[in-house]
Amino acid sequence: MFEFLWLIPALPLVGFVILLLIGPRLCRVRVAIVGVGSVGLSAVAAIITSVEFITSSPPNLAYTQIVRTWMQAGGFAPEIALYLDALSVVMILVVTIVSFLIHLYSAEYMAEEEGYSRFFAYMNLFVGSMLVLVLADDLVFLYLGWEGVGLCSYLLIGFWYKDAANGRAAMKSFIVTRVGDTAMAIGLFFLFTNLGTLQIQELMRLAVEQWPVGSTAAIAAAALLLGGALGKSAQLPLQTWLPDAMAGPTPVSALIHAATMVTAGVYLIARTNVLFTLAPPVQFAVAMIGCATLLIAGFSAMTQFDIKRVLAYSTISQIGYMFLALGVGAWSSAIFHFVTHAFFKALLFLGAGVVIMGLHEERDMFKMGGLRKQLPVTFWTFLVGAASLAALPLVTGGFYSKDAILWHAWLSQKGGLWLGIGGIIGAGVTSIYAFRMVFLTFFGETRTSVTKRPTSIIRLPLIILAILSVIIGFIELPHTLGNVRIFSDFLSTALPATTVTSTTVGSEAIFEILCGAVCLIGVYIAYILFLHRPHCTDELVSHASAATAHRLWFSGWGFDWLYDKFFVRPFVWVARANSSDVIDLIYSGLAGLTQVLHRVLSGTQSGILRRYAMGIAIGAVLAIAIMVFS
Amino acid sequence: MSAVPMEHGLLLAGLLFAVGTAGVLVRRNIIFMLMSVEIMLNAAGLAFVVAGSARQQADGQIMFIFILAMAAAEVAVGLALVLQLYHRFNTLDADAADTMRG
Repeated sequence: MFEFLWLIPALPLVGFVILLLIGPRLCRVRVAIVGVGSVGLSAVAAIITSVEFITSSPPNLAYTQIVRTWMQAGGFAPEIALYLDALSVVMILVVTIVSFLIHLYSAEYMAEEEGYSRFFAYMNLFVGSMLVLVLADDLVFLYLGWEGVGLCSYLLIGFWYKDAANGRAAMKSFIVTRVGDTAMAIGLFFLFTNLGTLQIQELMRLAVEQWPVGSTAAIAAAALLLGGALGKSAQLPLQTWLPDAMAGPTPVSALIHAATMVTAGVYLIARTNVLFTLAPPVQFAVAMIGCATLLIAGFSAMTQFDIKRVLAYSTISQIGYMFLALGVGAWSSAIFHFVTHAFFKALLFLGAGVVIMGLHEERDMFKMGGLRKQLPVTFWTFLVGAASLAALPLVTGGFYSKDAILWHAWLSQKGGLWLGIGGIIGAGVTSIYAFRMVFLTFFGETRTSVTKRPTSIIRLPLIILAILSVIIGFIELPHTLGNVRIFSDFLSTALPATTVTSTTVGSEAIFEILCGAVCLIGVYIAYILFLHRPHCTDELVSHASAATAHRLWFSGWGFDWLYDKFFVRPFVWVARANSSDVIDLIYSGLAGLTQVLHRVLSGTQSGILRRYAMGIAIGAVLAIAIMVFS
Repeated sequence: MSAVPMEHGLLLAGLLFAVGTAGVLVRRNIIFMLMSVEIMLNAAGLAFVVAGSARQQADGQIMFIFILAMAAAEVAVGLALVLQLYHRFNTLDADAADTMRG
């Protein structure tokens, strides 16, 4: 069955080509069948492949399928090859299933929109690129998927291109991620010149052989790849594009945040974990960046009005957790959090989409409220998603994945007390903003009434995702609670295990109680501030220092302002100043001379016949004179 | 037959040619310009005939017959153009037809 591995990325790409060529001429039902069906078939293929992989493991627990050699230039011969191991099995399962549910939802959600087939064409390309990215066996092929994902995010964020603000948001996301992509491209050049190949497994083997731990080359390579990962995964200092990416339709946000795009950076680091292990300073930087990002984004999320911006900041924050896990060497915990996050974040975005659709594109949470009775299915599923985001103890998937990350951040060999404390503070903040969202949107008095209720096609993905985001947690339980290790055992064939300094069951139990308590305290604070005594928040904000903090957090810690001052404006100034420099003078002089000559010559074309005759006569006289007198 | 010296004949041809050229350059009426062109043609023809008779050969007269044929064709085309000009601009002033400038 592994021979059909290539079908998994190929199916969405075929869907894209069909929709691109004949999409505008098809009726909406057929467009939806092609768009949703191609991803659905891809999901079926992924499930069959994964079952096959688990039941009858291939030799060496990895399967490589070489489709063909892409190009041949001297020693450089990147191959279009797919590599299937435990890590890519997890990735393709999550990507295809979540994408399929989002596609199903969009078939109904986008039904009234113009450009229906264009939307599905881009979405299919998006999923196809992401699958290329996670299955690629060669860094060049991976880079193809990497750029494809970036392109699709640009196209989809600017989907409603008639509004110029959306176009600007799309460009911002493209340019900011381009900064990271450039670092990554340089990283690829660097790896190729130093190790002579870009085939990932070979590269990792050579890196271990040739570079000692902590060598400059390893640090440079890991740092450059990290640059790419920071851009795609919206981590400090390249996180500013993600909140603006909310300009796109809601299913696009769900796709970008849950299944594709932003998790690419996490995947890249997990895939090249050998390089990062060889470069301890860079790996420590990953942990620090993750920790800083999760705190900064968490505080920003607490102050947003727009429900989608809250979710955007929460994604940045949750990816920060994944980076923290990667940085402390808890590879499988990072991927586990990616899985649970994919389910609950897709769920939250789709739920937010129902709310926004029901309230006439209203995104301000303070104008919502009391939707619990009017949208019961959405309310319960959204509550499950928010609980999972807040890591509500014992029942949610988010608890188990986040708990594992925090535990490792604190106690693994590369972790530390401060990283652990940062993560726990972040967890408290997370539960505050998650339940702030729930309380403001679904509880309290009704401020706007719902005009459009979701149909069953929209409810179905919500219910499936809610079930998944609960049960997924039970495939990996800590020692104290049953010690189930299905997930990390499965991934141990592809990712190295985490080394923990000292661990006793007792301390782990205390730690879990602490995490659970932090979460519940966060929920209680949110309840007090936003439901029980809403005037408390007004009193808080009336303090000068609190108001300043609120403004700072609301603007995302002023990063946009900072970048505008330090990068955008100087660049624009230089561009302006440079637009008429010395070199330009030569060319504009040339153009001016041509224009003068043109005017003189066109003056001779007077249209008066006698002048032409005069010209001929004078010319003849001169010619004869020259002939006679020379 | 008393021979006219060749110089006299050529001088006359040159004068006729100068008169024709001056007519083309000075006249604004297109019919007169056409007539001046005819004078120039005849001047050239006269030069051929004079040169032919000076050398006692028939070439000059044959060339003149060529020129006559060409002049007939030229007049036919020229008069057609004159008619067109008159239709378009309602005048025979050549300077009025200066729309092809620049």
